[in-house]
Amino acid sequence: MEIIAPDKRKIAVRRGIVDKAFRGVVTAGSMISLIVLALIAAFLLYRGFEVFRDFGLKFFTSSKWDAGADDGSIAPSFGVAPMLVGSVVVATIAISIAVPFAVVMALFLCFYAPRFLRRPMTSVLDLVAAVPSVIYGIWGYAILMPHAKGWAETINHWLGWIWIFKVPVPIFERSPFIAGVLLAIMILPIVTSVAREVYSQAPQDQIDAAYGLGGTRWGAMRTVVLPFGKSGLVGGAMLGLGRALGETVAVYLVLNLVFKVNFQILASAGGSVASLIASRFGEAGPYELKALMAAGLVLFIITLIVNFIASSIVNRAGKSQR
Amino acid sequence: MSQPTTGLATRGLHAWFDKHHALADVSIHFPENTVTGLIGPSGCGKSTFLRLLNRMHEFIPKSAMAGEVLFNGEDIYGADVDPTEIRKRIGMVFQKPNPFPSMTIGENVVAGLKLAKVKTSNKDDLIEECLTRAGLWKEVGSRLKAPASSLSGGQQQRLCIARALALKPEVLLMDEPCSALDPGSTLRVEETIEQLSENMTIVIVTHNMQQAARVSDYCAFFLSGGGPGRLIEADETSKIFSSPQDSRTADYVQGRFG
Repeated sequence: MEIIAPDKRKIAVRRGIVDKAFRGVVTAGSMISLIVLALIAAFLLYRGFEVFRDFGLKFFTSSKWDAGADDGSIAPSFGVAPMLVGSVVVATIAISIAVPFAVVMALFLCFYAPRFLRRPMTSVLDLVAAVPSVIYGIWGYAILMPHAKGWAETINHWLGWIWIFKVPVPIFERSPFIAGVLLAIMILPIVTSVAREVYSQAPQDQIDAAYGLGGTRWGAMRTVVLPFGKSGLVGGAMLGLGRALGETVAVYLVLNLVFKVNFQILASAGGSVASLIASRFGEAGPYELKALMAAGLVLFIITLIVNFIASSIVNRAGKSQR
Repeated sequence: MSQPTTGLATRGLHAWFDKHHALADVSIHFPENTVTGLIGPSGCGKSTFLRLLNRMHEFIPKSAMAGEVLFNGEDIYGADVDPTEIRKRIGMVFQKPNPFPSMTIGENVVAGLKLAKVKTSNKDDLIEECLTRAGLWKEVGSRLKAPASSLSGGQQQRLCIARALALKPEVLLMDEPCSALDPGSTLRVEETIEQLSENMTIVIVTHNMQQAARVSDYCAFFLSGGGPGRLIEADETSKIFSSPQDSRTADYVQGRFG
């Protein structure tokens, strides 16, 4: 027998006045944050447009940053390649140091620390996450750098045969390595905090299953907790990466900004888009200011891309969990 | 009381959660290759008792215990006993199916080998053997690489049984293994239990009187009556259901309370 499909009904919903009002409030709130974001991008694009037009791709590939002479005898030339590379290098160092430590600390806080210690340690961690970055910068310059210099020398001594650990001139201060270590310490609390939150949600019944199969505590971590927390950890790492990419003052204090693309992380020459903007902003003329706006837009877009990649990783990992 | 040297036995077993005395003075013997059903109303300490038998109880914060659990005559709470070794030999199936969602069906079956650091010569044979014994091979044999989470609840529970079997335990503890399953899956799990009991000691907690009558050789009735849970009586299943010694047991199995 053939079934005659009827017309589909339109589902009507009657909303009360309170519901309508609340809908309006949340919609407006979310719209405003989107609009602000779009306005920032539009502003940077508007102010930097001239520079993009004048230099085109050279803006991304050139290593020269020269405001030129006022009388026009020297033409200005702007390129952010070393700063772009530097930002990525420093942030990568920071993430690769911070994430393993964060994982270990979060596992300790969730599963190994004595119960009476967990709460105070967690609060301290959250407090540390709120310390202003300039404090880290000063501390990094005065306390960390003299030590980290020694570590860099040791790495160079033993691993100097690997190209990235080579140093052309034996100066080990204000290198991408030191900036990376400082940033790692800076983002450690936030990454740990996110990881701890995720690990504490690991399903108890699966942990029981691992123990019930003769697993050790580490076995249960490896089989249940780490796979469960993978996507959350990526999210936490990206949060840290965002902060590392955008960090200005702390990096400026411990990194020697040099307008030359450098991948040798122990050498005293590095770059950071954010620090470039901070260091040049005060004395920049109108045209250089536009170039800085363009650099800002580049940083803005990189951060968006990183976040986008992170969220797609998180989504994919999340799907395989269910 | 003589000390049994085979199977699993408890002597004067107590359990506490912080200050709450949950279980008092349980002495019982589970002979080798038998199925014993633990029955009794909710909160009478059955699950607590079960978790004491393979040292899962101690994972609960502030928990404590007293007494002895004798496995082939030896106290599993002895100072020189490795609890992971005990849990390897005394397997457990939980109330809610809990396969590892990040692993495939096949990986789940052999997950315990890696956890308990057991070597095997042929993983594929072991996977097939365990899934067959758990009554799941026909349904999933062709898709071992599918994620475990794609299975139905009943299949997941039998996968968990297969996972426990892969370690070749001598005892299998089951904590209401069918409470989350539909009748068809329940039936298949019960058939599995029957086959397993030929060469394995099984202790099963159940709220379902018919199930206890169907699958078990012996039954143990627990009751708390306000205070800590106690073992009221344990006997052959037919006796517990037809002519129990204690009137409370009779009331419970006939559904007059609980």
